[in-house]
Amino acid sequence: MINYSLDQHIAIITWAMTSSPMNVLNDESIPQFEAALEQAFADESVKGIIITSAKPEFVAGADLKMILRNNDKDPAEMLKVSLGLNRVFRRMETSGKPVVAAMNGTALGGGYEICLACHHRIALSNPKAVIGLVEVTIGLLPGGGGTQRLPRMIGIQAALTLMLEGKKVGVPEALKLGMVDEVADSPADMMEKAKAWIAANPAPLRPWDSIDRKTGKIVGKENFKVPGGNVQSAVGAQTFGAGTAMLMEKTKGNYPAPLAIMACVYEGLQVNMDRAIMIEARYFVQVATSKVAKNMIQTLFLGMNEANKGVSRPKDVPKTDVKKLGILGNSPMVAELVSLSEQAGMEVVLLNDTTPGPDLTSLDLLIEAFSGSLTRSDVSAWPDNAVGIHSLWPLEKSQLVEIIVSQQTADSTLATAFDYVRKIRKTAIIVSDSPGFYLSRCAETYRAEGLAMLTEGVNPVLIDNGGKGAGMPTGPLASVEYLPALTSPAENQPTLDEVKTRLLYRQAIEAIRCLEENVVRTKLDADIGSILGWGFPAYTGGAVSFVDFVGLATFITTCDRLADAYGERFRPGTALRERAGQKSFD
Amino acid sequence: MAEAFIYDAVRTPRGRGKSDGALHDVQPIQLLTTVLRELRDRNQLDTSLIDDVIMGCVTPIGEQGADIARTAALEAGYAESVAGVQLNRYCSSGLEAINMAGAYVMSGQVDAIVAGGVESMSRVPMGSDGGALFMNPQIVARHKIVPQGISADLIATKYGYSRQDVDTFAAESYRRAVEAQAENRFARTLVPIKDAIGITLLDYDEGVRPGTTTESLGKLKPAFAAMGQMGLDALALLKYAQFDTINHVHHAGNSSQIVDGAAGVLIGSTAFGEQSGLKPRARIKAFAIVGSEPTIMLTGPIPATHKVLKRAGMTISDIDLFEVNEAFAAIPLLFMEEFGVDHSQLNVNGGAIALGHPLGATGTIISATLIDELERSNKQFGLATLCIGGGMGIATIFERVN
Repeated sequence: MINYSLDQHIAIITWAMTSSPMNVLNDESIPQFEAALEQAFADESVKGIIITSAKPEFVAGADLKMILRNNDKDPAEMLKVSLGLNRVFRRMETSGKPVVAAMNGTALGGGYEICLACHHRIALSNPKAVIGLVEVTIGLLPGGGGTQRLPRMIGIQAALTLMLEGKKVGVPEALKLGMVDEVADSPADMMEKAKAWIAANPAPLRPWDSIDRKTGKIVGKENFKVPGGNVQSAVGAQTFGAGTAMLMEKTKGNYPAPLAIMACVYEGLQVNMDRAIMIEARYFVQVATSKVAKNMIQTLFLGMNEANKGVSRPKDVPKTDVKKLGILGNSPMVAELVSLSEQAGMEVVLLNDTTPGPDLTSLDLLIEAFSGSLTRSDVSAWPDNAVGIHSLWPLEKSQLVEIIVSQQTADSTLATAFDYVRKIRKTAIIVSDSPGFYLSRCAETYRAEGLAMLTEGVNPVLIDNGGKGAGMPTGPLASVEYLPALTSPAENQPTLDEVKTRLLYRQAIEAIRCLEENVVRTKLDADIGSILGWGFPAYTGGAVSFVDFVGLATFITTCDRLADAYGERFRPGTALRERAGQKSFD
Repeated sequence: MAEAFIYDAVRTPRGRGKSDGALHDVQPIQLLTTVLRELRDRNQLDTSLIDDVIMGCVTPIGEQGADIARTAALEAGYAESVAGVQLNRYCSSGLEAINMAGAYVMSGQVDAIVAGGVESMSRVPMGSDGGALFMNPQIVARHKIVPQGISADLIATKYGYSRQDVDTFAAESYRRAVEAQAENRFARTLVPIKDAIGITLLDYDEGVRPGTTTESLGKLKPAFAAMGQMGLDALALLKYAQFDTINHVHHAGNSSQIVDGAAGVLIGSTAFGEQSGLKPRARIKAFAIVGSEPTIMLTGPIPATHKVLKRAGMTISDIDLFEVNEAFAAIPLLFMEEFGVDHSQLNVNGGAIALGHPLGATGTIISATLIDELERSNKQFGLATLCIGGGMGIATIFERVN
């Protein structure tokens, strides 16, 4: 809930939501927040307003479920949500009463946009606190005035860097960058400073606002000079011309949100604040109703949360806690495992084949570490208390591992492995023992398709650029150790789009086969595994969600076309044929 | 359809477009009024016979803003009835002005026009007018718009022009310009710029550097490599995915020079010539404008030339002389390769690499140079063409009639 109290003619609005673990902006909190503010604006005895939180964090951001709910609705619905919030924020700036953010902890996305809409920001010196406009990381843009207020405060270049990377910074860095105005040593000091600022600034005005001479109201100022240079300046030309190119180098045009952020700043900073908010709202609606935002929120945010909470873990087994761990083997991975496990507070015992080790029964978990490709199906030879854990990349680089189970694997064993993986802060998907498991099997199709094209005489540069252009981290041939002897490229080269299509479809159809064959058990595991496990592009939502990204009917038709043109490996299986009439894969 | 004739052509010298250039303290309006006055005075023109003044200007802001054509007509003392219009088709503006004037005259709705262009690049910097094409993030991203230097290097990459190739071409441009200056070949068209007390500030093209060789050019560093590293190469290669890198071969010595200058030609109907007692020097035979792929941007002279030849019912071998604007050395190289034209027929007095490219005026200047050269060498047909920002090409065929 949002609490309202009065302290020496200062209204203190405290975020203390009970319906969610952290304070978030949603259908419940926004109206309450607005009501509290209106109460303070209406009360003539109130001289100023402090906004703070009763939780360790300030406000964590917008409720993404709310955004997802509106994703496929009429854009007008989403615009209402966006403008509703922005009306509240603009009121904070223009009511005439000073509003101060007492940022006791983390303020991200919409949470930081509340602070931006205040006249003054005081952050508590809290080492755990992070501050930033992180929307871009889930395919969105700061839609609560963030793209307009931050560049007006700290300059276009600095603000764009933060927003385009979705960068989170600690309090000292935020102060240095100008994202906050003051730092307080203690909660009491924070509140004192807030009150002092209100007393010293009874009628504050943001630099981008002015008082209309006729009405006396606060309105957006015309010809506001942006610190560091306006849009239409030499600096602006550099920022928006070369800046867009750098952005495109990263996104390859696959992610609409970063470009929309650039557009918001470019367009919004050429008009006054009131009109700028409308411009941002339109871009927000475009991005928030896009397939890419939906995919990224569903897979990378909500899906990841579910996966990490253990949606695939056996439900009946109580949570296990590995305290003492033995590691056997001499691969480079051993050092990584030791470091990760010790960081997570586990006692690690190193074992080797020759010297007698400790009593194995004292260990909660024994890991045998080895690297290289698996040439035999090891897991099925294991008894019921053994599982495999596999990562395609060095653990340090990999956010995700696959846990390999056989038919004999006991639920308790799987649960222990899952809990251990979570303890070393990796995401786990569960995969049945089969050649190549899930990650290697699908990743291999990417390379193989690249090689197939090479054999057909496709220009290798085009092949690798096709892979990268489709959003893969490297080209398919980049990781092939021994390329076959190059014949000269064929006369007729495929289009870039055709190369991209082949590379993405080939991986997607393999992932669907894995799902069909129960190698991977859920669509969510297949999607997350594809993005975090072998680098399938996030904008698609994952290798199986890719089907819905392009549309089920299109996917099947295109697979058949590719099968006819390049080989049966593209031919859709029963899982797809059975769904042919459906709207989506689910 | 009526015919449109060129009766005379005048241009200023080109001063280096920097704060130490000879024309830096001359306002663009002064450059342009000098041209208009010279055209009037040496032809003893009754300016009330002129309908309009059409002037190309690529950065029409600041002191080049507010319709500099009409401003110049007034300031040059032309009859009050002479109108003025400024146009911008980037680097081709000076030729676009000629084509438009030609079209007006051919249509019979207009009798006489002064067409030309002006650009004081030392005073109003190129690009200082911004523009959605180069700044709007979504347009830049959607159409993969990169600076022209990157596009020129992309042409070199695509068509395989080495650093040696472009430097060799550039050195020859310098050699020819030096020779043309020594032989006074620009004398008929070039009018010196004088200051307010009558002292000559400049009477030759200032950027020509005698002694420039392939070897001396070989020492210069590529101008667009660093810029390319900042995402711009990558942006272009999103469209040109068959290449993994762009070969940066262009630099200050094999690209057009930034200069100050202005030019104008007198275009009119047969009746206008008779009434004014002037003999036509050339006929505007045909012209063409075309859009081309905007990322590589500068290949437009190829389709524009095909188009204009078709329109004129001619083939490439019917053309005696070519002026292909040397925005970057790769452009004339590509032109010669595509059409099988020998360098001995093309840019015979050097080009913008040695002489300079005052953006709004260049199209007029190269047309004037072409007509001068047709007369000097006693040839009949000349073709002028320029590559254009945003991906366009323009071409005009002139026929000597004098």
